[in-house]
Amino acid sequence: MLLDVQNLTITFNTKNGLLTAVRDLSFQMETGETLGVVGESGCGKSITNLAIMGLLPSQAIVSATRLSLEGKDLLSLSEREWQRLRGKDIAMIFQDPMSALNPCYSVGDQLVETLLVHRDMSKKDARLESLNLMEQVGIPAPGERLKAYPHELSGGMAQRVMIAMAISSNPKLLIADEPTTALDVTIQDQILRLLKDIQEKRQMSLMLVTHDLGVVAQNTDRIQVMYAGELVEAGLTRDVIHHSTHPYTAGLLAGHPDARQSADKTHKARLPSIQGMVPNLRQRPQGCQFHPRCAYAQDKCRLEAPKLTGQVSCHYPLPGSSKIC
Amino acid sequence: MEAAQPKELTPQTPWQEFRQSFAQNKGAVIGLVVLIFFLAVGITSPFLAPYNPAQLFDGAYRLPPAFVTGGSTKFLLGTDDVGRDILSRLIHGTALSLGVGLMIVVVSLFSGTILGLLAGYFEKSVDRAIMRLTDIIMALPSTLLAIVVAAILGPGLVNAVWAVSIVAIPNYIRLVRALVMAEKKRAYVMAAQAYGAGHIRIMVGEILPNCMAPIIVQATLGLSEGILNAAALGFLGLGAQPPTPEWGTMLADARPFLESSPWMVTFPGLCILLVVLALNLVGDGLRDALDPRLKK
Repeated sequence: MLLDVQNLTITFNTKNGLLTAVRDLSFQMETGETLGVVGESGCGKSITNLAIMGLLPSQAIVSATRLSLEGKDLLSLSEREWQRLRGKDIAMIFQDPMSALNPCYSVGDQLVETLLVHRDMSKKDARLESLNLMEQVGIPAPGERLKAYPHELSGGMAQRVMIAMAISSNPKLLIADEPTTALDVTIQDQILRLLKDIQEKRQMSLMLVTHDLGVVAQNTDRIQVMYAGELVEAGLTRDVIHHSTHPYTAGLLAGHPDARQSADKTHKARLPSIQGMVPNLRQRPQGCQFHPRCAYAQDKCRLEAPKLTGQVSCHYPLPGSSKIC
Repeated sequence: MEAAQPKELTPQTPWQEFRQSFAQNKGAVIGLVVLIFFLAVGITSPFLAPYNPAQLFDGAYRLPPAFVTGGSTKFLLGTDDVGRDILSRLIHGTALSLGVGLMIVVVSLFSGTILGLLAGYFEKSVDRAIMRLTDIIMALPSTLLAIVVAAILGPGLVNAVWAVSIVAIPNYIRLVRALVMAEKKRAYVMAAQAYGAGHIRIMVGEILPNCMAPIIVQATLGLSEGILNAAALGFLGLGAQPPTPEWGTMLADARPFLESSPWMVTFPGLCILLVVLALNLVGDGLRDALDPRLKK
């Protein structure tokens, strides 16, 4: 087991009271596995990533019965130990590659610096290795691109550079936080395929965080769906997509546009959407977090919080539709 | 413009871009030329000056400049009340004034940048302590504070440098702090953290280079302000002491003869004016060239 998270709870001490961003989140990742994390904005996806990287702001209170990487307890790490871990064992790529690169340095300088920090290399070797990495992520004319500054690159190119930086230290876990949201659709596909390709070649674990179910459906082994900082459904990708049993997952899937359908002129129905808003995390509803928006909610849902049993965390799971995404 | 490039258009390096943008600003280029002239004069002053600046010429008291009736070609810009050659004094004063300005900038820029960086990066108690200190300094009129510091340390050129530097520090602290706070929120800082960079590496290696443009502009403008303040202290008798050919001190010496021998105040005053104006023009030009928001 690579990553083991048990009962992770992240609370923020804000001026307007305690805000529980993530509540009792437990999941595990195996080596070489691709996990998709899905949820709408503010459901705690990014916060969870930051907790795994030890990058939460100081006003965040993190508690967990277990948070470990390869058996190493992450909760007890000092700042210095975190710095050694970050970028080496766990790497991360970001939503907007253009702003995640430092505009002051050329791409080559940034790559070389990462290599010098995490791998004992001479400057010359680091130069060669960065060329090699640029080639691996499919950048044409890598020698010239190394001299380029971030503003001279396109978004897709910049994301490739970010990936090159991320894999430069052979991380065990790569967290991709919405890696394709800022890119256009054709590039999106290329980047996802590149990530998948690299993940398979290097037997690295990949955590693909996104709000786009289409992205995870094709590229992941397992999916977990988050809602209001809790896990509502988790399982093998094909099970979750084809037999989603949580009303929220089903709602997300139903809200996914189907190209064939919208091209069909006779089919002009509006896309179904989930009514309502994500609950205020300072005043969480009692019982199931999703019940105010759930079409199937019953009295029990309003009183008692469901527990994750098997695939789903719901008192009255759906029979499992077989919608094809 | 270079000859047509056969293969592909290589993008301009930041330096080329900056040079082109700076060259378009006529005022800044003129300012730069004037500044280079003064710098050259300052560097070569021991060879350029016709006489020793402290040498007294008997009988040549308050001679007018050569181009005025009664002037002598021996003293191109005339002499002062004790018979010293004004041109020689001005030439030597150039090195002094520019040197003093530079030292002030170095001292205030260095300490102000470090404090601003710390305040902006760590925030909370560090920020509060540093900012209250700057508030205290800024609550006092700057010239008055410089006078107080110079009076405490005692008159003299070096003490004047300290006095003016202390007065100038808050400008840099505030500027750098604001820049750092804005840059800190950018994604590349988070990315650097995610790649295992420590505080110092992030502060100095990541954030500071991105704040450089406004800091350079502020330093240029600070140079002119420093020269002006040092001259003011000299004028008040708290800066360079009389035999020293510092421009402000020269002005102070010439004050009693303002009506009878106006050239004695005119030339040092003109020098201060020209240098400060040139520096301000260059500073504005730098800002236009370096600040992406002001680019067309």
